Amino acid sequence: MNRLAAAIASRAAIIVPYLWLLVFFLVPFLIVFKISLSFTAISMPPYTPTFDLSEGWAAFTESLSELSFENYLWLRDDALYFNAYLTSVGIAAVSTFLALLIGYPMAYAMARAPDSLRPLLLMLVILPFWTSFLIRVYAWIGILKPEGLLNQFLLWLGIIDAPLIITGTYAAIYIGIVYSYLPFMVLPLYATLEKMDFSLIEAAQDLGSTPAGAFWKITVPLSVPGIVAGCMLVFIPAVGEFVIPDLLGGSQTLMIGKTLWNEFFANRDWPVASAVAIVLLLVLVVPIMFFQQAQAKAQERDR
Amino acid sequence: MKSLGSIRRSFAPWADPNAKPFIAFENVTKRFGDFTAVDNLTLHVYEREFFALLGASGCGKSTLLRMLAGFEEPSSGRILLDGQDLAGIPPYRRPVNMMFQSYALFPHMTVEKNIAFGLKQDGMPRAEIEKRVAEMLKLVKLEQFARRKPHQLSGGQRQRVALARSVAKRPKVLLLDEPLGALDKKLREETQFELMDLQQQLGLTFMVVTHDQEEAMTMADRIAIMDKGEVMQVATPAEVYEAPASRFVADFVGSVNIFEGRIAGRADGGVEIATPDGITIRADDSSAAGEGTVWYAVRPEKIRISSQKPDNPALNAIEGEVWDIGYLGDMTVYNVKLAGGQVVRSSELNSQRTTHDPITWNDRAWLTFPADAGVVLTR
Repeated sequence: MNRLAAAIASRAAIIVPYLWLLVFFLVPFLIVFKISLSFTAISMPPYTPTFDLSEGWAAFTESLSELSFENYLWLRDDALYFNAYLTSVGIAAVSTFLALLIGYPMAYAMARAPDSLRPLLLMLVILPFWTSFLIRVYAWIGILKPEGLLNQFLLWLGIIDAPLIITGTYAAIYIGIVYSYLPFMVLPLYATLEKMDFSLIEAAQDLGSTPAGAFWKITVPLSVPGIVAGCMLVFIPAVGEFVIPDLLGGSQTLMIGKTLWNEFFANRDWPVASAVAIVLLLVLVVPIMFFQQAQAKAQERDR
Repeated sequence: MKSLGSIRRSFAPWADPNAKPFIAFENVTKRFGDFTAVDNLTLHVYEREFFALLGASGCGKSTLLRMLAGFEEPSSGRILLDGQDLAGIPPYRRPVNMMFQSYALFPHMTVEKNIAFGLKQDGMPRAEIEKRVAEMLKLVKLEQFARRKPHQLSGGQRQRVALARSVAKRPKVLLLDEPLGALDKKLREETQFELMDLQQQLGLTFMVVTHDQEEAMTMADRIAIMDKGEVMQVATPAEVYEAPASRFVADFVGSVNIFEGRIAGRADGGVEIATPDGITIRADDSSAAGEGTVWYAVRPEKIRISSQKPDNPALNAIEGEVWDIGYLGDMTVYNVKLAGGQVVRSSELNSQRTTHDPITWNDRAWLTFPADAGVVLTR
C-alpha cells in the first residue's frame, strides 16, 4: 500500500508542474491565439465569433470556420507595427548590452569580494525589489526631469548652463530599462563567476598570460552561461516593456508594448492586440529555441 | 641507459662549497595580516635538483612556492633565480611554471589547447607549437586523448595533462604543489617514479610541496622540513631519517621512540643518558654536551624484541610488558609498556621474525638496541 502511495506521490510531483504550465501558460496562449483569429465586434466580449457549445456541435464548427488570419495580414501591411517591433528589439538589444557592460564588473567584483562581504553585496543588488517597480520608475522621473535632481546637481556644479532634456527621450528609456533590469543581469553572472575556480586565472598567468589576456581567454569564455542567462533575462522582458517607455519615454516613443496597450485599451481592438502579442511571442521564442538547440548540440559534442 | 640511481648517487651540488645556488631564498618573510606564514627563511636549491618542501598544512610551504611563482610578494627578504632578483616581476614574466594542486586545467579547452596555451602566450610559431604539443603528449602518454576535454579524463590523466602543460614551456624551475595529492595510493606510487624519470629526462629543477613524507623521501634529492614558517632541517632523505636535527624532525618523518634524560657520563666516545624512570641508555654520539635535557631518538625498526634478556652487555636492554601487537603484513609492530609507563614501539620484518620465540599480549619482553641505533638530540 505504502509503495503504491509513494508511486502516486512521485507521479503527482511530476504532473503538478505540467498541470501548472497547461493551465497558466498553454490555455491562456490558446485563448489569445484564438482571439487573434477573430474580428472586432461591438459586443461583450468585443470580438466575434465566440464559441458556445450550448448551440450544438454544428454551430461550433461553423464558428470555427469564421476564424481567419486577417489580423496578421493587417500587421504585415501596416509599417507601424513592423517599426514598433524593430525599435523594441533595438532598444532591448542596446539596453541588454549596456546592462552587460555595467553588470559584468559588478558581478566580478562581488564574486571576488571577501566571503564575509558577499551576502551584503548580494543583498544590495536585491534591495531595490523591496520597492514597487512602478514607484522606482516614477522616482526616475523625479531625478531626470528638467527641474529634477540630476539637472539641479549639474547646474549647481556648473557643468551645464541650462537643464538637459532627458525625460521623453530614448536616453530616459535606456536609463530606465538598464536600471530596472540590472539585477537580472548581475545575479546569473555572479552565480557563474562565483563558482569559477580562480586558480585557473593564476594558471593562465603562470603560463605567460597577462591579467587582461587571462580575463579574455579564461574568465569570459567560462562565464558564457551566465552572460547568456543574464542577457535573456534582460532582453526578453525589455522587448515587451510598457511601463518604462510610457512613463519615461513620453508620447512619441514607438515600442511594441505601448502599441499593444493602445490597441487593447485605446482602440479596444482585442483581435489585433492579440495578434501583436502572438507575433511578439514568436519574435522572442523562435530565435531562443534555435539558440538552445545549438547549445544542446554543442554540449552533446563535448560528451 | 644509466639507471636513475646511478645518476642520482653522484649528484650532490649542495656538498660543493663552490656550487652556486640556482634558487635562493634570502631571509624571506611573508606576513598575512598578523599571521606570519614564512619567517626569515633562507634556503638554497641547486640546478637540476629535485627538491621537496615537506610539512603539515599551514607550515608555509605553499606560500614559499607561490612567492617563487610570483603570486605573492615577500614582505621582506629577496628571492633570486639564477642570480636574478625576482622582486616585482609578475608571474607571467617569470621563467618558472607551476603545476597546481587542483591541476587548474582550463575546462573549456581540449587537452591539446591546454598544453599549447603557454606556448601561444610566448608567440611561438604555429608549426613549432604543434610539434612541441605532440612531443609533450607523447611524454605523458596521452596521444590519443589530444582532442578530449578535461572533464572527459580520469584523475590520473588529468594529472598528466597538468604536468605536460607545466613543462611544455621548458621552464627553468617546475613548481609542483601537492602533485599527487588527488590520486589514489597505487597510482600515486607509480607516478612518483614517473615524475623522477621525467625530471631526469628533461633536466629541469623541480621544487615540490607535499605533506606526504613517503612521497618526499622517494622522489627528492633533498628535503626541507618546515614548521610554522621556518625550515627545521634541509638534508637528503637518508640524513633526515637517520640523523634528524631535532625532535620535531625525528617525529615528523617516520615514527620514533624518544627517551628524555640527562647526560650521566661519558664512555668510549659515547655518552650515557639517564632517564627519570631509572633507565640508562648508551649512545654512540659524543656531539651532545652540556647539562640540559637531551633526548635519545631511536626508530622502531632498530629495536629488537625478545623474551630473554640478551647476553651481550654492549647492547641497551630495557624490560617491559607487551601492550599491543599490530600485524601489518610485511611487518609486525609491538607496543611495549615500560615500568615507568612510557610506551616504546618496536617493529620487526615478518621475514626475519623468529617463529620459535612467539611473543604475545601481556608477555614480559626485552627491548634491545645497539648504542649506534639512535641519535642524541638537544632540541
